[in-house]
Amino acid sequence: MSASAETAILKTSHLLGIEGLSIEEIVGLLDLADTYVALNRAAEKKSALLKGRTLINLFFEASTRTQSSFELAGKRLGADVLNMSVRTSSVTKGETLLDTAATLNAMRPDILVVRHYDSGAAELLARKLDCSVVNAGDGSHEHPTQALLDALTIRRRRGSFEGLIVAICGDVLHSRVARSNIHLLAKLGARVRLIAPKTLLPSDAERFGVEIFTDMRKGLAGVDIVMMLRLQLERMTGAFVPSTREYFRFYGLDREKLALAKPGALVMHPGPMNRGVEIDSTVADDIEVSLIQEQVEMGVAMRMAVLDALARGLARGGRNT
Amino acid sequence: MSGKRIAFRNARLIDPASDLDVRGGLLVENGRIADIGPRLFNDTDPSDPEVVDCKGQVLAPGLIDMRVFTGEPGSEHRETLESASRAAAAGGVTTIVVMPNTDPIIDEPSLVDFIHRRATATARVHVVPMAALTQRLAGETMTEIGLLMEAGAVAFTDADRTVANTRVLRRALSYASAFGALVVGHAEDPDLSAGASMTEGEFAMRLGIPAAPTAAETIIVERDIRLVELTGARYHFGQISCRASLEAVADAKQRGLPITCGVSAHHLALNELDVGSYLTFMKVKPPLRSEADRAAMVEGVSNGTIDVIVSSHDPQAADTKRQPFAAAAFGAVGLETLLPVALAIHHDGRASLKHVLKALTETPARILGLPGGRLAKGAPADLALFDPDAPFVVDPAELHSRARNTPFEGRKFQGRVRMTFVGGECVFDRAKDKQP
Repeated sequence: MSASAETAILKTSHLLGIEGLSIEEIVGLLDLADTYVALNRAAEKKSALLKGRTLINLFFEASTRTQSSFELAGKRLGADVLNMSVRTSSVTKGETLLDTAATLNAMRPDILVVRHYDSGAAELLARKLDCSVVNAGDGSHEHPTQALLDALTIRRRRGSFEGLIVAICGDVLHSRVARSNIHLLAKLGARVRLIAPKTLLPSDAERFGVEIFTDMRKGLAGVDIVMMLRLQLERMTGAFVPSTREYFRFYGLDREKLALAKPGALVMHPGPMNRGVEIDSTVADDIEVSLIQEQVEMGVAMRMAVLDALARGLARGGRNT
Repeated sequence: MSGKRIAFRNARLIDPASDLDVRGGLLVENGRIADIGPRLFNDTDPSDPEVVDCKGQVLAPGLIDMRVFTGEPGSEHRETLESASRAAAAGGVTTIVVMPNTDPIIDEPSLVDFIHRRATATARVHVVPMAALTQRLAGETMTEIGLLMEAGAVAFTDADRTVANTRVLRRALSYASAFGALVVGHAEDPDLSAGASMTEGEFAMRLGIPAAPTAAETIIVERDIRLVELTGARYHFGQISCRASLEAVADAKQRGLPITCGVSAHHLALNELDVGSYLTFMKVKPPLRSEADRAAMVEGVSNGTIDVIVSSHDPQAADTKRQPFAAAAFGAVGLETLLPVALAIHHDGRASLKHVLKALTETPARILGLPGGRLAKGAPADLALFDPDAPFVVDPAELHSRARNTPFEGRKFQGRVRMTFVGGECVFDRAKDKQP
């Protein structure tokens, strides 16, 4: 498989968010990911597509699953992968980030995967660096590969998005996963509902073109896919919701509430889960309804597809010209 | 609930909810109003064993008092739910809404349940608890509004405290709105009113008492109106006490915001001059205002800007009132003087009897979502029978409350409760009343 001979899937050399992607780009990525699912299930998982390329994982926020998923994706495609975990320094954020960018540029990577606690950080790096940048989560803005892997998981189960009702439940206000999924699902023709206490909804959430519910029981009626969001620990104890037990009572997904969704409804969670806070173990661990493990598998394939698509844009001998 | 039948005949039936003010009769069966009408029991004596001849006096829905402080749990020497309920019954009040600033503070579902259980076991009128809006009333983190509602909290309030942190209040209002919960606010800027015992003005100046301007109230009223606009929460000002606040509320209502407000009986009947020579029974929260502000409160009730009249019943032990004015406790008892004070608005020709009663029955029931407050078939038989014209002089020794800190000692009023019924049971009969 020669990268440069393939047709371009992405129009830009970065993947910074879902909002700027066309339907064709998204479908192209999903189709490509399907081929990597097959590769990952084979005994010989290695490809030489990115041989000689350097991938840097730059994580300003702790992450196990996303970082290892990108690392595995890079390695299976034959790239040299470097993981950099940067301790956060709140004093001179902007300056530090630009300093880091200059340092990284000098190392001449081909692809930079970045997670940062500030919205817009990935875009800033993309402007300053000569390599391709993949946003692995920036503040409360976007987490495009999560939305893509969620879409891949749904498409492989349901075939199409037309007419599907997807409920995104929980801390929408702070969630980059929610924002990326809202954009992506809407582009693919699904109907999106947001279910959350009002304190965890952006005040203009309906401007996303979604339906808003503060009563989970009403919001789940007729839903095909229930996407749970993680509630950060520091947001559980009074500032946004009064307590974890109250949150679980009204917004935690348990058997009783799931029964209000469409029969056969499927459950997703980007992980890591807070059992007994946003999701009950009997739901999370039920392989009949829970897609949570499948999401992890799709994550590696989806990220291989993203790296592949970006590599097609890389000129022979590196981007730097 | 009583299984028996009671026939009320020869009554002046007043029901603000159905705009009724007519001679007639009323039948109670199984604790509920079974029938009502102008011709009921008119011609022949009803065959029922129990007949109450109302002698042309007013039979109205029992009063609902939205602001009552008791000492249970924690300060039972001041007032228990039982003693407050006796005072309520003697005042024609059939539902008391109790504040959460007890010890412990009612900020936990199990404590709401405790109030319900204690009330069921000891109280003779309905006791409806409000829960704290913020944990420990500290104004920092919201309480478990959903779970507290399920436990039976009828509204959320930090009682006599203002949530100073605007962001905390915004989030609490926002969260509450999704549950359709009612938030009841106390409007008194804590910094501006710190240490104050009176309203800023000439009189406080001459007495040398630390005082706060009425703006301490209006600033919070205006702030909270903005937050209601932002969040859409159902919001009730527990009590307002000055013209500027009244105008702010009137404007908010004009704009269609879900805002209501109350006024205490003492702010309708007393002004700052009643403090006289440092009478600590006149020390209330917020403090008594100028005569112009008092008159504005009467006007607010007359024109309907003020939705409800409350007693702000706040029993205080003698030792905390026998103090220099600035050191004395805030608060006045008021359950037994609520009706006569309110009736004075009618006697002064400022409003119809029906209009005054509306602010004590139908409107609080509607704001709180309670089943009472009306004379209708099927409604709970919570009734007050009173002579609206009977004159009397307030004698603290005759009060049923455990505390006697009334600001109305020796004051003449018109309007006395004769009998009070809760769920069809007679809980007060002046003819048989023995002082505790």
